[in-house]
Amino acid sequence: MVRCFLIHTVCPLSALGTGEARMLYSRLFGPDEGMLSDKGLTPEERRVLQKEKIAVVARQVRSAVALSREASGRPLVETVPGEEALALQEADGGVVRLRAGDPFSEEMSALWLGVQSLGFTLVCEPHENLLLAEGTLRNLTRHCLEHLHMLGQGSEVLLRSNRIDALLSRLLPHGQLLFLNHRFGQSLEKEVAAYMAK
Amino acid sequence: MYSHGSESLIKQAREIQESELQKFYSRLVKLLQGKEFGHETVDSLQRLHLILSASKYTRTLPPELQKRVLSLLSSPVEQLQVLSSAVLRETPPLSGQELNYNQENVSQLNSHAAALLLSQAGSRADLSSLCAQLLRSLESRSSEGPSHSLTHTLPILNTILTHCPQCLTEDHETLLSKKLVDWLRYASITQGGGASSGGFFTGPRSRQPAPIAELDGTVSGDFFTVLCVGQGFTDDQWMNVYSFSMLRHWLLTYHSVSNDNTTADTANRLQLSLSLSHSHSFSNDDRSEIDGSVVSMVSATSSSSRLLPPKERLREKAFQYCQRLIEQSDRKAHKRTDADLQKACLVEAVCILDCVCVEDASLVYRTFPCIKALFGRLSSDLSFARVMLPIAQFYLNHGEMAAVDCESVWNLVFGRFPAELFNDHFLAHELLRFLRLNLESLQLRVPQYTHSFPNLLKLLAWDSPAVVDDFVDLLPSLVTAGTAVELLHTLLDLPCLSATLVLQLRSACLPISEPGGRCLLSLDAFRNPSFRGLFLFLLRGEAGSGDTIDRLGTLHELLAEVADWPRVIQCAQTVPVLLHIFFNTVTTVADEKLLAHLVLVMLERSSLLLNIPKYIKEIHRVFSCHLLRLCKLHPSLVVDQSHELLEFAGATANVYSKEEIYTHVVWVLGEYLSVSCDSRCSVRLITSCFEALEAVLFEITSSAPPPGAVCPAPRVVTTLMSALAKLASRSHDLIPRVSLFLSKLRTVTRGGSVAWCSDEEDLVAIVTRGEELWSLLKAPGVAQSVLTPPPHVTTPQWHRDINVAMPLQLRALTNLTHSQ
Repeated sequence: MVRCFLIHTVCPLSALGTGEARMLYSRLFGPDEGMLSDKGLTPEERRVLQKEKIAVVARQVRSAVALSREASGRPLVETVPGEEALALQEADGGVVRLRAGDPFSEEMSALWLGVQSLGFTLVCEPHENLLLAEGTLRNLTRHCLEHLHMLGQGSEVLLRSNRIDALLSRLLPHGQLLFLNHRFGQSLEKEVAAYMAK
Repeated sequence: MYSHGSESLIKQAREIQESELQKFYSRLVKLLQGKEFGHETVDSLQRLHLILSASKYTRTLPPELQKRVLSLLSSPVEQLQVLSSAVLRETPPLSGQELNYNQENVSQLNSHAAALLLSQAGSRADLSSLCAQLLRSLESRSSEGPSHSLTHTLPILNTILTHCPQCLTEDHETLLSKKLVDWLRYASITQGGGASSGGFFTGPRSRQPAPIAELDGTVSGDFFTVLCVGQGFTDDQWMNVYSFSMLRHWLLTYHSVSNDNTTADTANRLQLSLSLSHSHSFSNDDRSEIDGSVVSMVSATSSSSRLLPPKERLREKAFQYCQRLIEQSDRKAHKRTDADLQKACLVEAVCILDCVCVEDASLVYRTFPCIKALFGRLSSDLSFARVMLPIAQFYLNHGEMAAVDCESVWNLVFGRFPAELFNDHFLAHELLRFLRLNLESLQLRVPQYTHSFPNLLKLLAWDSPAVVDDFVDLLPSLVTAGTAVELLHTLLDLPCLSATLVLQLRSACLPISEPGGRCLLSLDAFRNPSFRGLFLFLLRGEAGSGDTIDRLGTLHELLAEVADWPRVIQCAQTVPVLLHIFFNTVTTVADEKLLAHLVLVMLERSSLLLNIPKYIKEIHRVFSCHLLRLCKLHPSLVVDQSHELLEFAGATANVYSKEEIYTHVVWVLGEYLSVSCDSRCSVRLITSCFEALEAVLFEITSSAPPPGAVCPAPRVVTTLMSALAKLASRSHDLIPRVSLFLSKLRTVTRGGSVAWCSDEEDLVAIVTRGEELWSLLKAPGVAQSVLTPPPHVTTPQWHRDINVAMPLQLRALTNLTHSQ
């Protein structure tokens, strides 16, 4: 199971403190962990807790991306809309181990893909098939870049987030990683394209 | 990418005024009252979602709006369903919504509505009831044949299973096991809708559905799997994909659940052992039934493998499915994405086979030939490394039982993988996780493990920040009496290893004469045959070829320019943490002889480190801390190693270059060079120590620091004075010499400033300490009991009878007086 899919910034922003990341999209799958923890939290408290948890993940990924880029010393390749494939090819990726309790109650693996100033993150249960998760994350990222024109200057990621929801409901329904061969993929992509066309 | 526009949108959403918000709400309600929803409605809903989600605090919608949005969930327009679900997920649940759990038409819920139900489930009971409804809908559908709308049911069930496995009753498990068998093993083997283009003039005859194909294009001759392709897919083929995708988790979960009710499990096992003989002889019996598209549940009892109880039957089918996937993965896929999927399927298949073998050991013998063949086929191709890890797990779990030789598996996992694939983040993560999870059995069954640390540490040297957490967990298992010294050296040279790995990669991908690139001295050194041995030692794969090398200093000089490489610095930053873990562990496995050796290594290596000033300082700090701990634990270490410690403490240069560790060495000498710690401690030893320290103290307080050095830290001076006073208190002949020194010190500093101490306050503190010690030494008996207190003072053994224990009584009295 994938616990959540996040899109957030991974570069320093003047509006934020050092090490902070701005969350642009977040989708948690399944019931709320806090509801099952029997701590007697109110729905409001659970919501704050949930938002804090994903913020922790985003911050951890942000540091991981920064450290990994610093170590590799590769210059960032600037891409413009239309060069999504190149952007994806140049993206760096990695995994962050999230220890039990930090922030989820069980251990998790956060897979990330850094495309210029943005991070795309999948938080998976650690026994999950990471090879499949990696492929899914790449696929999702490509679709997001293309359908929300994320290489451009617009804010569609905020104003068209329903497109990401629709994407997820097909490529990662309820957080379920799917073994889709290219034919199954094509048939889902047709559905996605039809949705986006509206 | 992220723009100022986006930032200000988020700000606006967060800071929206209440009055403005209310206006927005009422406008939206008006929009939603209409019959047709246009672009404006969609846009407003999207903005509403942004406003709600941008803040971590909850906003509650007006009931009217909430109701309207809720009604969109069942709208025929998917975009409205999506938005409605997204908006409501950001709001607190309304009591009205709970009705949905009890609706009879759960099966008609669309995926987006179901997502909302899941995210707003308020209790386990909610989940249980949702689960029960979904399963009921699966059951009722079985007669009508599966439908496409069922596809999201399995992911939802899997989600519930993840969070709350107790939701499933025994009956549920049985039902789902049966359904999974159907979908996995008996999906149609002809292509689904739109299979043949047909065309206007072709008759119905030529419209016969085409058979499904393998990834290499050949016609498939066996049952349908996720590695089969066609022009289109039938619903049951989709269910096959969903079933396989959740299969492993299902097997894992219901294995763990069925362990809870052991009686049922034993019964199942009994039944299994009775029916096993059947399943062996008829393992291929299902082929006859594949020609039909879906085998109904009723007819499913005809052949002998159907005599198995549902769980065992699923296990058997999972086994067959995985065997087929492994076979199919050998086919040459036309598309790259399919080749990647084949790898992912191999990982999944091997994991599932491992899982069924853990549950039913009798399957081990049937599985091993296939796993062995797979290993043989892929082991030489490093691009399949990530498939090898589940295979290694299989060998580890079942190799002993099947009496299989695992040597070549471990050579790969501990040898080639870290040595050649250290720069693969994902492999590193999975490999280290594999080690963490199997630590106990690896230590027990794989002797190569502990000796492979030079190789494993390459993962850390390459990508320290990402894997340091894993090594925090793993390092204690690598510390043994046999490996401790070499491991300590290796950890200290980890930044060198990091640099060497960079050089290794550069050397491989850059031509000898790098045109235009910046010329790296270290790269030349790496390629120079006369230094080859040094680098080869760093890159060694196994422990045991010697603790360290002689020309370490040369190596550090060759690598001088790497000190500002980010990768090397990141690596250097992790070393202190690991050293702490190392020392904390080593005291539990080492005898005194080994600890004495480690003390010597610390003294020696304190001046033999890669020249990164911050790194050196940090390492000295760690050394100091653990030198103290080791000596506290085994005070006789100080007498044992007095020669080397004295040599170190007697060198004035160390005062300036290794202040931290020097101070601690002086302190342990003063503290533990005493008969009460070790009877071998002679007056001669105390005197020689005294003289060595006295000489240093005299030297540093009588002249300015050598050029390039700063003044000695006040702490060094006072520690030296205290050490001298302690030693003198144990050998009274020395008292006049200390007193003389201290009185001189007072005289000299009366002038106000001295060359060896720039800060006036510091100087005052030093002199005050000197005066205290001087006065103390005037009464030698008192001095001894203060400076070398007997053990019963430092580790008091109070009378343990709680009724009469003095401290306790005092505390009780204090409490009484304070409370009034």
